[in-house]
Amino acid sequence: MGNRYILRLENISKTYTLGHIQIPVLKNISLAIEEGTHISLMGPSGSGKTTLLNILGCLDRPTGGKYYIDGKEVSSLNDDELSEVRSKKIGFIFQSYNLIPHLTVIENIGLPLFYQGLDEETITHKAIEMAEIVGLGNRIRHKPSELSGGQQQRVAIARALINNPAFILADEPTGNLDTKTGKEIMELLKKLNEEQKTTLFIVTHDSNIASYGKLTVRILDGEIVNG
Amino acid sequence: MRHIQIHISHIMRVVRAGWKNIYLHKLRSLLTALGIIFGVASVIAMLAIGEGASYEAREKIKELGSNNIIVKAVKPPTPPGTQQTVMLPVYGLTPVDIRRIEIIPSVETVVPTWEDKRDVWHLEKSISARIVGTYPEYLSVMNLQVVKGRFFNEMDTELIKPYVVIGSSVKNQLFPLEEAVGKTIRIGSNYFTVIGVAGEKAVTSGVGFEAEDINFDVYMPLTTQRIYYGEYTVGKRTGVGIRGLEREWVKYHRFIIKVKDMDQIITTAAIVEDILKREHKQQDYEILVPLQLLKQAEHTARIFNIVLGSIAAISLIVGGIGIMNIMLATVTERTREIGIRRALGAKRKDIIKQFLTEAVILSSIGGFIGIVLGVVIPKVVTKFAGMTTILTPWSIILAFSISVAVGISFGIYPARKAAYLDPIQALRYE
Repeated sequence: MGNRYILRLENISKTYTLGHIQIPVLKNISLAIEEGTHISLMGPSGSGKTTLLNILGCLDRPTGGKYYIDGKEVSSLNDDELSEVRSKKIGFIFQSYNLIPHLTVIENIGLPLFYQGLDEETITHKAIEMAEIVGLGNRIRHKPSELSGGQQQRVAIARALINNPAFILADEPTGNLDTKTGKEIMELLKKLNEEQKTTLFIVTHDSNIASYGKLTVRILDGEIVNG
Repeated sequence: MRHIQIHISHIMRVVRAGWKNIYLHKLRSLLTALGIIFGVASVIAMLAIGEGASYEAREKIKELGSNNIIVKAVKPPTPPGTQQTVMLPVYGLTPVDIRRIEIIPSVETVVPTWEDKRDVWHLEKSISARIVGTYPEYLSVMNLQVVKGRFFNEMDTELIKPYVVIGSSVKNQLFPLEEAVGKTIRIGSNYFTVIGVAGEKAVTSGVGFEAEDINFDVYMPLTTQRIYYGEYTVGKRTGVGIRGLEREWVKYHRFIIKVKDMDQIITTAAIVEDILKREHKQQDYEILVPLQLLKQAEHTARIFNIVLGSIAAISLIVGGIGIMNIMLATVTERTREIGIRRALGAKRKDIIKQFLTEAVILSSIGGFIGIVLGVVIPKVVTKFAGMTTILTPWSIILAFSISVAVGISFGIYPARKAAYLDPIQALRYE
């Protein structure tokens, strides 16, 4: 296991302003995660979990503090630069899969590379490779609607892996799946973490899912309650 | 080189994706493109019709000669209240007019004519024709072509030969299958030898002229005409309760005044008008300047084009609004997709590219269908209304460019709206 911090938060805070009222959602969050770690983030709804996830995913900017990915500060980047970070450093897995319905499996998987400006041949080749890794090598021409929930989530995992990201952010990856399929997905993620040393950041409220991780971070009222 | 290749393949992929999305909603896309289809079709069709109309006007004027001034004898109106006591109205152009006009330095030549409608016979066949008595110079000043035989010359005029040159319609009517030159035709009780056949001239109804079919003309030397018919024309009386034949005494019906230099036409026309005003007690003449009419025709054609262009512009704007409307609906429908794409690394400009491409594809399809329609409509107009239409390649290029421009200008707002959606909100959109 590497000892480099792939992801580092320094006193991250996020405050929303509603009229004249300031609502602090995240308060001085500091966190450092080494490469290849499988970490679970737990917390009840309203705890600031989603806001933290958005900041980690470079979809939102903190109002205070510094955020480093791979040693590079990203907390003060502009929209285009954040897009580039998302495209190259982060893999997203969502609870509701978030596949584009009118694209085929390989087109969905290849999407992050499309926005890196790679040529089609390379993208298709890589996407097929990824589909095989997640066990969907025989479904590459299908549309998402022709797949089961578990299969759709596998497509999403392949899509998250294709750009060889610094870490994967998974938001309730098994939330829409039955227990058996959820377990399969978690096993797949665990395998990828162990075999490919992919850093995994899983947000969940299910302690069973959280137990797959080596580390569990609990968040409550915008603060980390254990490290 | 490789970089350019990747770039092109990237663009192609964006275009293909856009096409796929449009194809997914075939009916909706077609309905949306309808405004553009009609706009583009009307641009092309109207330009073709306008171009045809101004071409017809130009041809007509060319036929009359752009270096010519034409003076026509007109029967003066009977002053109201007076009885029609004059049994033999005398009006029109006179030899004195010729002499006074000929002397103007800028005038090259004056060719007078005397004209009357008569029935022309060959054996059992007859046709109503216009007899034109004139001089040999008429051929050149009117740009006539003789396709068979010859026009009459100075000698024929001098010797008062009973020769005629017939227009193409007269030839076709009286001599449908045979050679006309050398044959004899009868006008009234007199016989004439056909020495030539004039080439067919397109019948044009240009701006400012009544339609005139000179293919029904029969030309003869003025001297010959004078011997046989004198200076009287005989026509049926017109009017309520008036019966019988009406005789008129007209020296000349028409002058064709050829001016040496085209620049002097307008001033010469003014001088001619001055002279005639002095010589004639009544307004029994009319001056036509083809060059002036050409300018008028061009002006009219320009106004025509502006009006038609505005109509086309309105339908294109309506079409553009239709595209904007459907693109805004598409953006709302695909909010989540936009969120996903943004999360996966799409920059704002990638989203703009995607939706702008779709809008432009949509309007281009409309433009393409519109072009097909716009090429067909003028053909239909020509077939059923008999109007000349001219399809110019630049009108097609223009119309297509307009459709692309409409796609860009009305697609940019929805595309920007899509690009500036908050990715977090968009991802959560149900």
